[in-house]
Amino acid sequence: MGGLQKKKFERGSATNYITRNRARKKLQLSLPDFRRLCILKGIYPHEPKHKKKVNKGSTAPRTFYLLKDIRFLLHEPIVGKFREYKIFVRKLKKAYGKTEWSAVERLRENKPTYKLDHIIKERYPTFIDALRDIDDALCMCFLFSTFARTGKCHVQTIQLCKRLTVEWMNYVITSRSLRKVFLSIKGIYYQAEVMGQLITWVVPYQFSHDHPVDVDYRVMATFTELYTTLLGFVNFRLYNSLNLVYPPKLDSNAESEPKEESEDDYAMNSESYLEKLSALSASLARVVSSAEEEEAQLDHFPTEGIRSAQMEAREKELKQQEAQKKLFEGLKFYLNREVPRESLAFIIRCFGGQVSWDKSVCIGSTYEMTDETITHHIIDRPSVDKQYINRYYIQPQWVYDCVNAKVLLPVEDYFLGVTLPPHLSPFVEEKEGDYVPPEKLKIMALQRGEKTGNEQEEEEEEEEEEEEEEEQEEEEEDDNGDEEDDEEEVAEEKNLKKMEEQRSQGKVIFKVTPGKLKVENKARLEQEEKAEEKRLAIMMMKKKEKYLYDKIMFGKKRKVREANKLAAKRKAHDDAEKAKKKKARK
Amino acid sequence: MEDIALSFPDIRNTVGNIPVEWYKDFPHIGYNLDGKKIYKPIRNKDELDDFLDKMENPEYWRTVHDKQTGSDIVLSDDQVELVNRLERGLKISDVMIHPITNRPADKRSFIPSLTEKEKVSKLVHAIKMGWLKPRRVEDDGRGRYYDLWASEDSSILARHRMHLPAPKIPLPGHHESYNPPPEYLFTDEERALWEQQDPGDRKLPFVPRKYSSLRQVPAFSHFIHERFERCLDLYLCPRQRKMRVNVNPEDLIPQLPKPKDLQPFPTTQSLVYRGHSGLVRSISVSPSGQWLASGSDDGSVRFWEVCSSRCMKMVQVGGAVKSVAWNPNPSVCLLAVALDSVVLILSPSLADKQVILSSERLLSAQQEGEEPAEGNGSVVWSEAEGEELNQGVRLKIQHPKAVHQVVWHAKGDYLASVMPDNTSHLQVYIHQLSRRRSQNPFSRNKGLVQCVSFHPIRPYFFVATQRSIRIYNLVKQEMTKKLQANSKWISSMAVHPGGDHVICGSYDCKLSWFDLDLSTKPYKMLRHHKKAVRGVAYHRLYPLFASASDDGSVIVCHGTVYNDLLQNPLIVPVKVLRGHVMTHDLGVLDVTFHPTQPWVFSSGADATIRLFT
Repeated sequence: MGGLQKKKFERGSATNYITRNRARKKLQLSLPDFRRLCILKGIYPHEPKHKKKVNKGSTAPRTFYLLKDIRFLLHEPIVGKFREYKIFVRKLKKAYGKTEWSAVERLRENKPTYKLDHIIKERYPTFIDALRDIDDALCMCFLFSTFARTGKCHVQTIQLCKRLTVEWMNYVITSRSLRKVFLSIKGIYYQAEVMGQLITWVVPYQFSHDHPVDVDYRVMATFTELYTTLLGFVNFRLYNSLNLVYPPKLDSNAESEPKEESEDDYAMNSESYLEKLSALSASLARVVSSAEEEEAQLDHFPTEGIRSAQMEAREKELKQQEAQKKLFEGLKFYLNREVPRESLAFIIRCFGGQVSWDKSVCIGSTYEMTDETITHHIIDRPSVDKQYINRYYIQPQWVYDCVNAKVLLPVEDYFLGVTLPPHLSPFVEEKEGDYVPPEKLKIMALQRGEKTGNEQEEEEEEEEEEEEEEEQEEEEEDDNGDEEDDEEEVAEEKNLKKMEEQRSQGKVIFKVTPGKLKVENKARLEQEEKAEEKRLAIMMMKKKEKYLYDKIMFGKKRKVREANKLAAKRKAHDDAEKAKKKKARK
Repeated sequence: MEDIALSFPDIRNTVGNIPVEWYKDFPHIGYNLDGKKIYKPIRNKDELDDFLDKMENPEYWRTVHDKQTGSDIVLSDDQVELVNRLERGLKISDVMIHPITNRPADKRSFIPSLTEKEKVSKLVHAIKMGWLKPRRVEDDGRGRYYDLWASEDSSILARHRMHLPAPKIPLPGHHESYNPPPEYLFTDEERALWEQQDPGDRKLPFVPRKYSSLRQVPAFSHFIHERFERCLDLYLCPRQRKMRVNVNPEDLIPQLPKPKDLQPFPTTQSLVYRGHSGLVRSISVSPSGQWLASGSDDGSVRFWEVCSSRCMKMVQVGGAVKSVAWNPNPSVCLLAVALDSVVLILSPSLADKQVILSSERLLSAQQEGEEPAEGNGSVVWSEAEGEELNQGVRLKIQHPKAVHQVVWHAKGDYLASVMPDNTSHLQVYIHQLSRRRSQNPFSRNKGLVQCVSFHPIRPYFFVATQRSIRIYNLVKQEMTKKLQANSKWISSMAVHPGGDHVICGSYDCKLSWFDLDLSTKPYKMLRHHKKAVRGVAYHRLYPLFASASDDGSVIVCHGTVYNDLLQNPLIVPVKVLRGHVMTHDLGVLDVTFHPTQPWVFSSGADATIRLFT
């Protein structure tokens, strides 16, 4: 009779997944060790398609790992290191208990360590893979490098992070690959294009952190361990690709003078070297001293029609990029002491500008404030006593806005004590129908090379806005069209009823009222007909498709609503400003 | 120190061996032998002087400061020797030539130690076995990086192909700027709303702020938190590959034939029939298409001329009329009216003489014959008399319970009435007019009967109960089919003139189309209405059907039925007709088509009947 009985949950998806607890037992690891292993190896839980099936009929909330992943972890040599470490801790404890100091010393000397090289190689089989995943590593390292030595993590880690981030920034400067910067309320966002990959990272503002209590620093430390290794290897490779010496060395022939001066101020030579590197003011030594960087020139291929158009677009883009790279070339900046030195120095050097600061702010300044050739003095205070006439005193936002606009913006809006124009995010790419702030339109016009007077532009904007409003109203009218018709009918009916009543009461009043000629708009009629057709077709949709359609349309409508809301808000604000101005004039 | 002090008797201090601090606040330090105060030397040596002294004075190293007298003393050579010897722990001034003890040295002091040898050999063994490792050379990490990806040939494992990379953190928008455009800042309301919301529901995890200059921007308090949460997401959050639907919404709309191509169908409201004062529950058009009968809650049945909207006749029946039905036989002119528990047969005499005569003949056919049939006893047939006869009422069929619906057979001789009742099997009666006979076809209660209908051609009888429609063969006296309507409560039903299709409307806003040849499940469910569907109707000639609903609209659909069995009916909604005013949450109550023209009549709760052409 029918062979063996099939048991439930012994085949199919139930056998492909394993719960976390079972995985931990299989690996014979404690929870912290398991966590560390997962972080290092990049193992993450999977959401099964049919959770109940995988959960063997239960609906309890569980996290599932792929069984294959866990099997893969079984062969990891680092698991052995974890066990060794556990034993080491046990031995150390014992030695302490017995107060055998020589044993403690010996044990400490032989503290088991592990390397993550093979894990990096395994997780990122190609260099591009590593670059794709470097965003988080950079964010984390930049954060850790700002930590004070308060015992939240090892001092060595902080130093290593500092070193690696400085190396990274030096690479970005040398390769001139920075693309976008953004001053947010969280920190400063940077976006660089390295080997075709867009890499974004955020650096917190230079303040001491108040460390939250509900953050597990062990998790962060494990991630940092992995990320520092990754970043180190990536840096090495990047430096090699540019023929730079790794670990980085300052170019000795170019920037020798300022180095000599400050040699004695620092106790340790290695420390001063890192400081000098992190000043970001000197260029790096190369393995082969090449005079000029060869520019990438697109070769011309004989192609037809469409392709050539594409090529042209690409060429144009490349040209623009080249221009952006030389944005600050020939400009000489001086940073006042209250502006964020590291960020500005980094950006200015990335786009070919020269930068210096007061000697007491940081090591590595190259020229004094009194230098007559300085073109831009970046300053962030309401007023300054002594001004040189041959330089612009501008606020730091100018630098960031210039980078994002890819052109040198007019400096008038950024002078000392002037109310700054809004700082826009360069990461927003407006599609059709999205709200575009008027400032962005202005910048776009500048990029196109149009130079129109401000007032004229404003007027244009206003007109545009009005037009938009009209359109909106029209749309609304369209929506209301049917209702209006209904209303008319209702009114007619009312009239008829009245007449009927009168008739029933015996008062028959004959009255000829002049009729109105109904003007029928042909285009509108056609439109209405089409709209009705569509409405009827929508009625015939299948339930599933209707649901999807409704969802899409809801999303679209919400987008429009949000854009309209922003526009309305802006308009209200502008009107209020205008009214204020008028009042002030009176 | 004592010795040194003793060697200078001239300034001997007599205070004894007491802490010097006791004289801290006095100008003197103690008393000499003569009882005079010893004053503190005027000392203004500071660190710098001390340093200079150290550099320049060759005697500095043997200069000692005497705290007791407060003076500096330069030690003599002898005294220096003494100090050195004291430091070495030798108090005796000379080395004696004779030993203090004469014991010879132990043997163990000149032969190698066994225990040491044992220890060394243990260490050697441990080193040999690899248990003891030489001290590791600390590498500071400088040289530990190398070109990891030097050989990029490495196998791309299956795991890499299956890998779901974590999504990147979304890039910041204008909201996050330290100096955003004014429209991105919160208004007070938005701010209040943001504060009220649960942190998970918020659209933005932070409040946009504006700072007039960069130096005023404070540290972001949640920076570490956000990083930490990202870490948690990376290793704790279950990942799943989700397919994003990327469709053009216009593509989802089905391609239907244009309504323009499916004409004729009613498009505009052309006539309104006014006169009733209560809601008009039921309407019926005469087979000729000239007259329209309507029954209302105000207790009257009105006869209208279709083309002129003129009320030709009104019959007061004395009770809310539930249903009216015109005899479909064109050779007679009779109307069945259901009110309370009575079914009236009216002869409105709105036709030519021939027809009126034939209908009279039909009514009186039985009279001439034998006695009225005994029936079931519960249904009583009686003739109308007096005033009622004048008004046109000819027959009264008294039922045991309230009648909700009357329906004619296509031939015009049989008449079915419905008395919904959950508890008894007496729910449907079929009356034969010519023989004045009534019979209850069902012996068992199969659920609350909503409405019934005759098959237009064959001897079938459709009974709609609350959830299903049963089709009975009247000749064989058996059920042939049971249609599942998939709706909660059926309200109305109509049979296609071809007889192979049925539509039924339900109170849960649905209209189901059954193809009897296809299945017992609905071929199509139409959810066009927003509220309960009250009435449905087929056109006799044109491929049209209509549904009336409480939302005040009548939707006309085109429904072509093909003779080819392989081709399914084509259903296209062609027009939404509005006009009725909502009264007491009721909209349109009944709908019916003109027998020959593509016109549709609808009666509503606003006491009007409307004609759409």
